[in-house]
Amino acid sequence: MKRREFLKGALGTSAATVCGVMASSKTAEARPNLEVNDNAVGMLYDSTLCVGCKACVAKCKEVNDMSPVIESKLEAWDEARDLSGDTLNVIKVYKNGTAKTKDAETDGFAFEKRSCMHCVDPGCVSACPVTALEIQQKTGIITYNPDACIGCRTCMTACPYNVPQFEYDKTFGQIHKCQMCNQKGVERIDKGQMTGCAEACPTGATLFGTRKQLLEEAKRRTALKPGDIYNYPMGDLSKPDSYHEKPVPNYKDHIWGEKEAGGTNVMHISSISFDKLGMPPLEERSYASMSEGVQHTLYSYLALPAVALAGLSFVVKRNIDSDGEGGDS
Amino acid sequence: MSTYKPIGGRILTPTFIFFSIIVAISIYFMAQRFIYGMGSVANINGGFPWGIWVVYDVIIGTGLACGGYALAFTVYVFNKGKYHPLVRPALLASLFGYALGGFGAIFDMGRWWQFYNIMLPWNWNFNSVMLEVGLCVSLYIIVLIIEFSPVFLEKIGAQGLIKVLDKVLFFFIALGVLLPTMHQSSLGSMLIIMGYKIDPLWQVMQFQPLLAVLTALIMGYSIVIFEASFSKASFGGPNETPLLAVLGKVAVGLMFAFLAIRFVVLGVQGKLGLIFAGDFSSLMFLIETALFIIPALIIALPSQRQNPSKLLIAAVSMLFAGALYRFNAFLFTYDPGPGYSYFPSVSEIMVTLGVISIEILAYLVIVKTMPVFHRGEHA
Repeated sequence: MKRREFLKGALGTSAATVCGVMASSKTAEARPNLEVNDNAVGMLYDSTLCVGCKACVAKCKEVNDMSPVIESKLEAWDEARDLSGDTLNVIKVYKNGTAKTKDAETDGFAFEKRSCMHCVDPGCVSACPVTALEIQQKTGIITYNPDACIGCRTCMTACPYNVPQFEYDKTFGQIHKCQMCNQKGVERIDKGQMTGCAEACPTGATLFGTRKQLLEEAKRRTALKPGDIYNYPMGDLSKPDSYHEKPVPNYKDHIWGEKEAGGTNVMHISSISFDKLGMPPLEERSYASMSEGVQHTLYSYLALPAVALAGLSFVVKRNIDSDGEGGDS
Repeated sequence: MSTYKPIGGRILTPTFIFFSIIVAISIYFMAQRFIYGMGSVANINGGFPWGIWVVYDVIIGTGLACGGYALAFTVYVFNKGKYHPLVRPALLASLFGYALGGFGAIFDMGRWWQFYNIMLPWNWNFNSVMLEVGLCVSLYIIVLIIEFSPVFLEKIGAQGLIKVLDKVLFFFIALGVLLPTMHQSSLGSMLIIMGYKIDPLWQVMQFQPLLAVLTALIMGYSIVIFEASFSKASFGGPNETPLLAVLGKVAVGLMFAFLAIRFVVLGVQGKLGLIFAGDFSSLMFLIETALFIIPALIIALPSQRQNPSKLLIAAVSMLFAGALYRFNAFLFTYDPGPGYSYFPSVSEIMVTLGVISIEILAYLVIVKTMPVFHRGEHA
């Protein structure tokens, strides 16, 4: 009899929890993706223009005062293969078959840049418990503050691009990520300059500008007819250093970062599909919005926990008082 | 009218020495980690920022420490006083499990010297699931100390303090039920933002918190059975099998709820086919499900569940099932994309074994010297 009541109670509690979570699953839709900031600063990386010279990688290290990664005895250039505590920006290679033709999916090769995408609705910012990662309202730049950071590395798990990187090889390490050359002591954007990588790029593959400008440029390019001649700008899109004319490649009709997981301020275009270039399988809804939907349903103003605590206190007190069995003595 | 007594006996047994040696080895590697950085000891990397130190020591370790939570629910919320004798040993194990989970979190923390930043309200990011977990676990460790403090107070004979504590203990017991419900479910919520990195069979999005809190309770009831069975074998004492069998039934009931919700959600998400895809994830899923179903078969039969060793097998199977569920979701099938892999290093594993050993050593010392176990007739 008593056991049955106990089991009933257990089931009742589970049911209550289920209801709570069901409620949350409905309202979890409540928070949409964060809004795009058209005036945010960003970059457009056109893979078809990239020649893989890695001038951007070298310039990035110079501006951000980081040492090159040397793996072989050659010591001729930076050999970083991926982002790390020493590398905020890296050029990777796609190869297929004989790898003869540039920008061909079969028997071709192509370059792809990896650096912080500066998400419109960033997972790292949502996941950080101590607000060490923040969206700068004016510029849209995702900044990092080592003085707040506790090194839990939740940002790394929450970034769909594996961008934030911890210095595992240091006694007192920190997270490193691209801050668009605008962190304290560098402040290139505040000074009206562009990012180091965009400035160094000799082909205009990395272009600097506002998100709105860059998106327009990307749309213009992907709409062009392959083979036509287009005058490609270089440097800062609002005041290009120079232009160069070049036949239009066969662009995929896809601007990475226009919509992926709420969009990014750094966007990519390419003639190779992005899954082949190692981009993650993202949909339009940001994971941050879903996570926050659940979290705020359960914890908004701590209302649910407060009600639960009041109820539990009442029940526990009554049970302790009624049979004197409680009180743990 | 306390009928709790220290078990007594020698402390320096061969078992004690064995675990002490493991602790000594692990301290060597922990020192290395603090001197040369985490990379010198652990194999965590840019794609796998969380290795076994987080996933075992904190995420699974606190799940295995849910005995106190499960029993607090049973005894104080559902008013089942006859389970009272099991409460103190369970609280002790919870206290150690959580304290060491907290300790594990500190030495896994990349910037541990700034850990206090998470306690400072002006740093708080209320969108962060990790904030909820961090604060809630810290608070629960304090609540566990208060819940367990009558044992210390009895030991030193502080009757006055015990009386005061008795008046307010109900509030801390209520917190001791609420806080684990919160952070154990949040451990699941942490998976949501990891998105595609979590294998589709484990990525159930908004259902993550529900499945996580169910596994916490399943592991909680199972660890109570496990500890009570082992204590009986090691230290003697009254036969508690009939009581434990009922707890086993509750755990199996929760497990059915867990499996039902999980399969329905996977069905709605159209992922049931992945279970038989024949890849690593599907294999892990099937092993996990088998570990959940074995105890159900044992506990369904009254003759089986009254048999102490069968009941122990069921409990161990459920512990493995709950632990494997969390391992699979957070680590084994975690996929950050091409170019990254993770397998723990020997030194990394030694640190985790050291943490487990500290827990066992401290448990042994305290039950031998303090009034934790119930040595009378059951109510």
